[in-house]
Amino acid sequence: MDYGSIGFQAVAAIIKIAFMILGFLMPLASILTWMERRQSSMMQDRLGPNRANIGPIKMWGITHFMADALKFLFKEDYVPSKAHKFLFMWAPIMAMAPALIVAAIIPFGPPLCWGELFQAGAVCSQPIPLQIARLDIGLLFYFAIASLSVYGATLAGWASHNKWSMMGGLRATSQMMSYEVTMGMAVLGSFLVFGTLEPGAIADAQTRILSFSHFQTSWGIFSQPLGFILFLTAAIAETKRTPFDIPEGEPEIIGYFVEYSGLRFGMFFLGEFLEIVTSSAIMITIFFGGWHWGSWLDNTLQAHLPNIAFVLVMFALWTVKVFAFCAFQLLIRWSLPRFRSDQLMRLGWQRLLPISIANVVATALIILWAQS
Amino acid sequence: MAVGVKVVNRPGSLAQQAYLPAIAEGLGVTFRHFVKNFFGNVTGMRKKTDIVTIEYPEEKIKYPPRNRGLHRLMLRDDGQVRCVACMMCPTVCPAHCITIVPEEAPDGRIEKRPKIFEIDELRCVVCGLCAEACPCDAIRMDTLDHAKPTTRRADGILDKEELMSRGTTSTAIQGGVGAFWREKVEGVPQTPPSGDVFPAGLPTGPTPVTREPGKGS
Repeated sequence: MDYGSIGFQAVAAIIKIAFMILGFLMPLASILTWMERRQSSMMQDRLGPNRANIGPIKMWGITHFMADALKFLFKEDYVPSKAHKFLFMWAPIMAMAPALIVAAIIPFGPPLCWGELFQAGAVCSQPIPLQIARLDIGLLFYFAIASLSVYGATLAGWASHNKWSMMGGLRATSQMMSYEVTMGMAVLGSFLVFGTLEPGAIADAQTRILSFSHFQTSWGIFSQPLGFILFLTAAIAETKRTPFDIPEGEPEIIGYFVEYSGLRFGMFFLGEFLEIVTSSAIMITIFFGGWHWGSWLDNTLQAHLPNIAFVLVMFALWTVKVFAFCAFQLLIRWSLPRFRSDQLMRLGWQRLLPISIANVVATALIILWAQS
Repeated sequence: MAVGVKVVNRPGSLAQQAYLPAIAEGLGVTFRHFVKNFFGNVTGMRKKTDIVTIEYPEEKIKYPPRNRGLHRLMLRDDGQVRCVACMMCPTVCPAHCITIVPEEAPDGRIEKRPKIFEIDELRCVVCGLCAEACPCDAIRMDTLDHAKPTTRRADGILDKEELMSRGTTSTAIQGGVGAFWREKVEGVPQTPPSGDVFPAGLPTGPTPVTREPGKGS
């Protein structure tokens, strides 16, 4: 099969998709379900789940996520008699699928040099970008797909024929629609700085961690600090987690998945953690240089390691970044109290949105001034 | 407006209204705890962490000495059961969990002894009235243990041998000596001080614990 043929590209894409989903997203999201409980307990001076084991393999209880999956499998799959059967069945898929689809645009490593796989410091003649889809609309695709996950929550709330889940679904709708505006505005600043919406190109533009002489090539967090905070806030609101967890609202309405049990609930549960992983990966792409770790480390590794080893090392380092960011999101979730529904709306529309617009205007003016 | 809304203007600086400094401070607190507990736990130095969890089956907290736990039947000096089947404890038991079938005792000094002595630990409400009612220190609840979980209901009923297996000899004098046995044994005057049931100088029970008001028990 020749490089560049349709068949080659199709096989490469399928391998990349399979690797991304089975080798990265699903394992990390599954481990996060355990890590959230373990990390939160460590933060609260407890021990947390540390008992699950496969024979002698205990590993601090990391196998709890397998035990959870097994438990979900054997639970009763309950469907309320007045529920809309079809939508009730589809809602968990609608909640989980967007998080997986979004992963298509995430660059997760330097390009693989087909033909120079074992050559150090190669100039790629036949590069395979480690990104499932290089879309010029990139981040717009992210917003389009991520906003589809609101259907999961809304349909689950409506199809359950339960007023509490209905309220949860409505809350989810209003919250996610409000914060998407801020999210888009926050990214607009980065778009102005990097001049592209393609995540791979955005990541490749951030070759230095912090450079004052070539400021536009340093990590996005330095050129867009306010944009990062706004995007992070909106991204947490999009994942519907504390301090923005009113759609779930454990103390009063339980939320849009109150009628779900077994694996269907498990899909909502896993979908939430998938969203954490993908939103962390997107934030790392825009604000923390994607797979780049500064020009010195990148260039040294590229010059001294064979291409395939370089790619693997950079993928591992990128995973470290994503993992650390997921842990940071868990830290936030277990430190902050919840907003009330009206406070949430006020924060979104009256605070974050004006600030994000001001950020865009200020960024545009600075770039204009720098160019003239 | 259908719903009355009262707007409360809370004064606050820009830093307070922006939430961010307070959020950073809060994250710092939780992160400090996480680091301390995580590394203490990984390196096996649990003593240096703040973790308060007791890992139950492996670690146990000792119950306080006045805890009412699993019953036991005390023994005479010769190893026989102290119980004289006086039926005080099944009479006082509010849960009717004690079954005693008496029989003639071969020892001439006492009349009866229990042929069957069964306690249904699944029914027991752990009130401690049986141990209080017992006139000869035969039944006690001071094992600092609790009824073991069982897979069959029948296993929750403890028989005489099971109850005696935890028994020890009592410091109280064996029955059949009569009233004012302490005086008889220790040779102190037989007439008790008026107005006091217990002779002076004898222990009257545990020292009362003084509690601060409002602290609860």
